[in-house]
Amino acid sequence: MTPTADHAPNVPLEYRGAREAAGPLLVVGGVEGIGFDALATVRLASGEVRRGLVLEVHRDLAVIQVLEGTAGIDPDTVSVAFDAHPLQIPVGEGWLGRVWNGMGEPLDGGPPMLGATTRAVAGSPLNPTGRAVPIDPILTGISVIDALTTLVRGQKLPVFSSAGLPHFELAAQIAVQANIAGEQFKVVVVAMGLTHADAATMRDALEPRAAAGELALFLDTADDPVVQRILAPRVALTVAEYLGFDLGHHVLVVLADMTSYCEAVREVSAARGEVPGRRAYPGYLYSDLASLYERCGRIRGRAGSVTQVPVLTMPANDITHPLPDLTGYITEGQIVLSPEMHGSGLYPPVDVLASLSRLMRKGVGEGLTRSDHPGIASQLVAALSHARQVRDLAELIGAGALTETDQRYLSFADAFNSVLVSQGTGESRSLEDTLDRAWQVVSELPRSELTMLSAADVTAHYRGDETKADDRPADEPPERADVPATWVAPDTGGQERRG
Amino acid sequence: MSNPTAPTAMADDRPGPGRVVRVNGPLVEIEGLDQVAVLDVVEVGHNSLAAEVVSVRQGLLTAQVYEYTGGLRVGDPALGQGHPLSARFGPDLLGGIFDGLLRPLTGQPLWLSAGALRQTGTRRQWPFAPAVSTGTVVAPGNLLGMVPTPSGVDHRVLVPPGTAGPVDWVAGDGEVDDDEPIASIGGSPVAISEQWPVRAPRPVRARLELSAPLLTGQRVVDLLFPIAKGATAAVPGGFGTGKTVLLQQLVKWCEADVVVFVGCGERGNELADALADLSKLDDPRTGRSLLERTVVIANTSNMPVMAREASIHTGMTVAEFYRDMGYDTVLLADSTSRWAEALREFSSRSGELPAEEGYPAGLASALAAFYERAGRVTTLGGEEGSVTAIGAVSPPGGDMAEPVTAHTERFVRCLWSLDRDLAYARHYPAVTWRRSFSRDAQSVGAWHASEGRPAWARDRARAVALLAEADRLAPMVELVGLASLPGRERVTLLAGRLLREAVLQQSAQSVNDGHCTPAKQEALLELVLALYDRFLALVDQGHPASAVEEIDTSGVVRIRDEVGPDDAAGVERRRDEMLAALENWK
Repeated sequence: MTPTADHAPNVPLEYRGAREAAGPLLVVGGVEGIGFDALATVRLASGEVRRGLVLEVHRDLAVIQVLEGTAGIDPDTVSVAFDAHPLQIPVGEGWLGRVWNGMGEPLDGGPPMLGATTRAVAGSPLNPTGRAVPIDPILTGISVIDALTTLVRGQKLPVFSSAGLPHFELAAQIAVQANIAGEQFKVVVVAMGLTHADAATMRDALEPRAAAGELALFLDTADDPVVQRILAPRVALTVAEYLGFDLGHHVLVVLADMTSYCEAVREVSAARGEVPGRRAYPGYLYSDLASLYERCGRIRGRAGSVTQVPVLTMPANDITHPLPDLTGYITEGQIVLSPEMHGSGLYPPVDVLASLSRLMRKGVGEGLTRSDHPGIASQLVAALSHARQVRDLAELIGAGALTETDQRYLSFADAFNSVLVSQGTGESRSLEDTLDRAWQVVSELPRSELTMLSAADVTAHYRGDETKADDRPADEPPERADVPATWVAPDTGGQERRG
Repeated sequence: MSNPTAPTAMADDRPGPGRVVRVNGPLVEIEGLDQVAVLDVVEVGHNSLAAEVVSVRQGLLTAQVYEYTGGLRVGDPALGQGHPLSARFGPDLLGGIFDGLLRPLTGQPLWLSAGALRQTGTRRQWPFAPAVSTGTVVAPGNLLGMVPTPSGVDHRVLVPPGTAGPVDWVAGDGEVDDDEPIASIGGSPVAISEQWPVRAPRPVRARLELSAPLLTGQRVVDLLFPIAKGATAAVPGGFGTGKTVLLQQLVKWCEADVVVFVGCGERGNELADALADLSKLDDPRTGRSLLERTVVIANTSNMPVMAREASIHTGMTVAEFYRDMGYDTVLLADSTSRWAEALREFSSRSGELPAEEGYPAGLASALAAFYERAGRVTTLGGEEGSVTAIGAVSPPGGDMAEPVTAHTERFVRCLWSLDRDLAYARHYPAVTWRRSFSRDAQSVGAWHASEGRPAWARDRARAVALLAEADRLAPMVELVGLASLPGRERVTLLAGRLLREAVLQQSAQSVNDGHCTPAKQEALLELVLALYDRFLALVDQGHPASAVEEIDTSGVVRIRDEVGPDDAAGVERRRDEMLAALENWK
């Protein structure tokens, strides 16, 4: 922990000996005047110093959660000093370009962060009337995200993944490539509970942006004490809020892996003997997650923004598990990664039909991205949904028995994966390139199928060969034009074509 | 750890402030504070954080604090306020945005740190016009005067409950201050604003039967699962099922005089978006911003948890306050699950024995008590007014058996369940007919008949039957194939699809389709039912079902978006064209 400037006037009170040490918790007796959530400094007999936070004060007892854990603490010889305030950290641009641990201590051999301005890591809720509606896009250079689940400044858009998928690669790629043309852009990455191998990969991947002084990395590895993991996102978001709302930068915060964070919360809750809720996570997990996820947005009359991309691995790939479920209730959409797509060698394996950016509607189109963007995005999703039904049908009756149009849906789906989705981990595509690829993919379909695009856009961008496979006479209305292509159940269309 | 010791000498010797002996998140224990009742407000610490006493045991008070308690210490002072949690209800409510304790959020600091939010010192002047004269004997609920507002919802100053007698004096026409007395009744001063404890339901003369529907402009609600004025509804739906959009549509289009929207533990960005939308939308009645007859209570998910718990009651009291003036009010709470979680969090910290999933055993009665505050009533003053309560429910993992959903279902008159499969198929609003109900359909049917729509109840019954029949047939098609079904059943499937797409689906973004008047609703339903009858007749005449299925029905699906929100005649023209075209078919 880095010392804060306002420590000097508050001479910390020091107590010798503790009543109890268990798991992350230390109980100190005989205390007086200790504030809830205050910072505690724990001194071991060996001279080692640890930090802790006051979880509860009860008469002359203080319960402290020790950030580094209580291993090696002998209650009889330990001494504990308390600050008058909840934990504060210095804020400023000095965090950028550096690597820190979850408590904000340097990991790169550099000096600790110092600064005259400090902020409480717990943060304060933003007055809802001060918020501005997020409307402008952030481009990640990743086609499938920019085209179909566009990230908007001030949004929180999580990546739902499962074990074994390349979510850390994707998170790192977003962190490295995300930008806004012509404006200051800063990135704060919090890695929580990563294995050393993942941490090293992450660190290497982020190196170019860190070297440019645009990125701060907070690294908490799987063997670090769990309590530190609870602190790490708060430290990082405090840094990000200052960069965004006080200094006017556009800031992207990548939080990975939130599953490790939630497990840390559960572990501490269990150590405190709290009543468990779903899957033994504490009942306040929603409020706790909200206290992190809501620390983003835009403020009326201020230049900057804070955007969040939390990454979480769904235990057993179950989207109804409390972690993705509570996250989904707070965040504005989700990007879902698919084990099947990963299995077929696609990167990034984004399941477009399960993914959604709730704020995209306001963030794309004329003057923001390109006027044809909303239309082409709806068309791609609708066509993809129909292509999936056609694929199911083809498995039953064989691709040869499909109508000509449906066969073109299959080649559309293939082109979608190979032309638009598939991308290298180091490859950044411009929006023009991405949307041109989208049109190339859509051009696999007959023109008559493009019901969600304006005639002007089709004329301007469509590159398909209309006569090649469109087996209908020109004057006949397109098949099923009255049925939204996304309608799945109960659908009788497929059965009809079978007969 | 809990080793009760004698109060310290300091607390014994001095009257006045008690002292804090325990702080655990929002839970605070206090001793040495006398004459404090359960539910009274105390202020704790040097920042005077508001807290509410939840229990008193042998001189030890347990209180829930409505702010972040970081820095609060054992030994910090606690002062009893001598009254339960109350708020001031006045003409500034309309168009305002408040926190869960009804403290205005506009004009407050950007960052709401503990103790930052205060009742603003600035008072407004309001125009007042008296309706009584000196000497008149008045009783609770009688009209004392009016404060006209631009919203078209005039603020009626009423004799407060518990006050009666002759009017000693009353202010004349002119500007008055919020809290300045405008009259004296039997020796008690009365102002245009009134203090009221938010957990206590405001008294009424009588409860009335429910009859007229609260029209929402949303077809699946008004046609299939109508809600009566003064009734209650719950909207359970997992994330991504369009719950928030549906609620916002209700805020915008429901036919109420005053709408109270309680954003209870929801997203900050979403609230900013809703506020921006509301201020842009015009109230069809006055042509002014819709926000002016809306009261927004905003306790976003990151604001203090205990204020979230209070926000539901605060919102309900605001709705009752306007009901007492004789208005039809609607309370929308998004989401009651987050409120229940606040109850759970506190009960867990105070060491109560948990019931299902850690919720307190009192969850069911707390939910019941909340929904019971809704109703259509004769007010103390003899006016008719209503509070309709609509609560969103966020079942974890879409599990409808979880305690909040399961209990809520029992207490509400309408259930509008949102379905993930429908949402995934972009069928919006994703209200499923399989798991929704309305216990007011019959009385609403009678009301429609009295309004000159005698066919409403019959058409609704046919629509419900058609949906059920189509649902019964769908799995059979998967088993045996469409071609194996008899012609009439294939037509039923076709009509079921038309009913879903042409009537039940509704686009919130569309200017023409965003809301829909009862006449257009009925015309759309009759269009589908008339076609259903005609298709059945064609099949009975021996036409193959496959040929009927090929009839171009795209005009049926598109008409809802092609004509204006009240253009029933346009829909009827489309019906006549379709039927005429089928007259000489083949």
